[in-house]
Amino acid sequence: MAATAKGTVKIMQGNEACVEAALAAGCRFFTGYPITPASEIAEGMARRLPPLGGVFVQMEDEIASVVALAGASWGGWKAMTATSGPGFCLMQEGIGLLAITETPCVIVNVQRGGPASGQSTAPSQGDVFQARYGSNGDYAVIALAPSTSQEMFDLTVRAFNLAERYRVPVIILSDEIVAHTREKVYIPPAEELEIINRKKPAVPPEKFVPWRPDADGIPPMPAFNSGYKVPVLSQLHNEKGFRADAKEGAAFIQRLNDKVEKNADAIVEVEEAYLDDAEMAVISYGAVARSALRAVKDAREQGLKVGWLKLKTLWPFPAGQVRAIAGKVRKILVPEMNIGRMVLEVERVSGGLCEVKPLPKLGGRCHTPVEILTAIKEAYR
Amino acid sequence: MNFNTLHTTHGRAIPFATGLKLARPELTVIVITGDGDAAAIGGNHLIHAARRNIDLTAVCFNNNIYGMTSGQYSPLTPKSKKAATAPYGNIENNFDLCRLVIAAGASYVARGTAYHVRSLIRLITRGIRHRGFAFIEALSPCPTYYGRINGLDSAISMLQWQKEHALDIKAASRKRPYELEDKIIIGELFNSEARGLNIPEFSQEYWNLIKRVKDK
Repeated sequence: MAATAKGTVKIMQGNEACVEAALAAGCRFFTGYPITPASEIAEGMARRLPPLGGVFVQMEDEIASVVALAGASWGGWKAMTATSGPGFCLMQEGIGLLAITETPCVIVNVQRGGPASGQSTAPSQGDVFQARYGSNGDYAVIALAPSTSQEMFDLTVRAFNLAERYRVPVIILSDEIVAHTREKVYIPPAEELEIINRKKPAVPPEKFVPWRPDADGIPPMPAFNSGYKVPVLSQLHNEKGFRADAKEGAAFIQRLNDKVEKNADAIVEVEEAYLDDAEMAVISYGAVARSALRAVKDAREQGLKVGWLKLKTLWPFPAGQVRAIAGKVRKILVPEMNIGRMVLEVERVSGGLCEVKPLPKLGGRCHTPVEILTAIKEAYR
Repeated sequence: MNFNTLHTTHGRAIPFATGLKLARPELTVIVITGDGDAAAIGGNHLIHAARRNIDLTAVCFNNNIYGMTSGQYSPLTPKSKKAATAPYGNIENNFDLCRLVIAAGASYVARGTAYHVRSLIRLITRGIRHRGFAFIEALSPCPTYYGRINGLDSAISMLQWQKEHALDIKAASRKRPYELEDKIIIGELFNSEARGLNIPEFSQEYWNLIKRVKDK
């Protein structure tokens, strides 16, 4: 570890980078339940939080873990939990609660094989739709997908900022490869990190309407017992916090979704390479994007005009970026460690502008660069 | 009431309260729950809050039925009583929630009834003042969905039933077991402070831990 005035460089696995990033972002509350391959996050938080005046509690299950985040967040703290597939299933109810109560917090899902107990020590990207649609009703969340330890650091900080900015639960969809790969991470000095905190009411308590949004669609959030009366309801509620009638309920659901979907331009992050003259593109995310980049470079060396797009944000879906590529290339290949999930979104936003091909990989192994290169060559013809 | 409030999903009030209490230990945190909420869907949270002895006050309005969903049997519906989902009589054993949470580690446990309202207010007040996990079971009649199907067709007759069957714990201590068979024991069933027991409280323990590792 080399610490300088210009920051720290350290060899870390993704799970460790997640811990350091959360602390750097101001997270001082963590609840969780033991599960592979997310364990190092809870273990790191258990070690690091108390000396910083923070709280780590191992709860009785993932339902309690995620609901406790709501308690801490309304207490005015930044809070996080981490889990994997089976625990993420239990958290779905709580994610709906966090969404409807507009509670900022971060939920890490280190994806492993599924369904059910699945493959506890193998990577997967099988939870990408669950992250978006897993709880009941119409709501919106933000989901980010890191592909390296460095991105795990950067995106964890960003996850807290997005949660605070938009008052939504932000889900980090890591995977077992990102979680356990040890590689270089640059941690910038604290003063260089951009940290966003939730906005507080600008009016005195007697004029405060708890669920009335500002012009940006987001209501200010006071902490409990800070002088502002806050009725928080897990049912559809109106601006005063009482149960909503049909009209108020409709407007509320629309706002919950709009504050994420209509801010997609500000939320979405992608990384691209070799796309300028590309006739074909490979779109991927998470650990698979690393294999995909190697495959695209190899294809370039063989004279194939192939481009590469990595989705760092999965939800809201980077529709504009993908559509722009679909208008330029003949084919898009989407390798994923699942049966073909985000490829459906790629196909949807491509709207027939080009051919979209899935490249699923199941069973707990990541695509090798050769496998993706072979698929590129087949599709390129 | 001038409180900050959060209405959670069914069964999850205790984990929300746990998160809030640990983040803001200076707050007085009260959980309002029911027999289905506390004993069925949130049963795990209840016993773990009791085990941790975290300074919350949980008031469980036990009406022996799922009233809001129109009368299905709960884990506290007495055996042989009828419910919308037990039309031939309930054949399941029921929980004694007070004994359950005492066994799990709660440091203040009391039971009262809607009929004995002044005593119930006192029990809840003491529970809020108690430092540790306080659990108060408040028997609350549901004439509509429990009484009607079980031959107690009015709120008055259900309150009458409470009057006849409730027995204060001090009076009960002078009775023989067979005399208590159809009785419901009310009053302060367990109070660690009154017994001179020092059961550590969780949020305090946590802040002690922080202090210990910070000073290092």
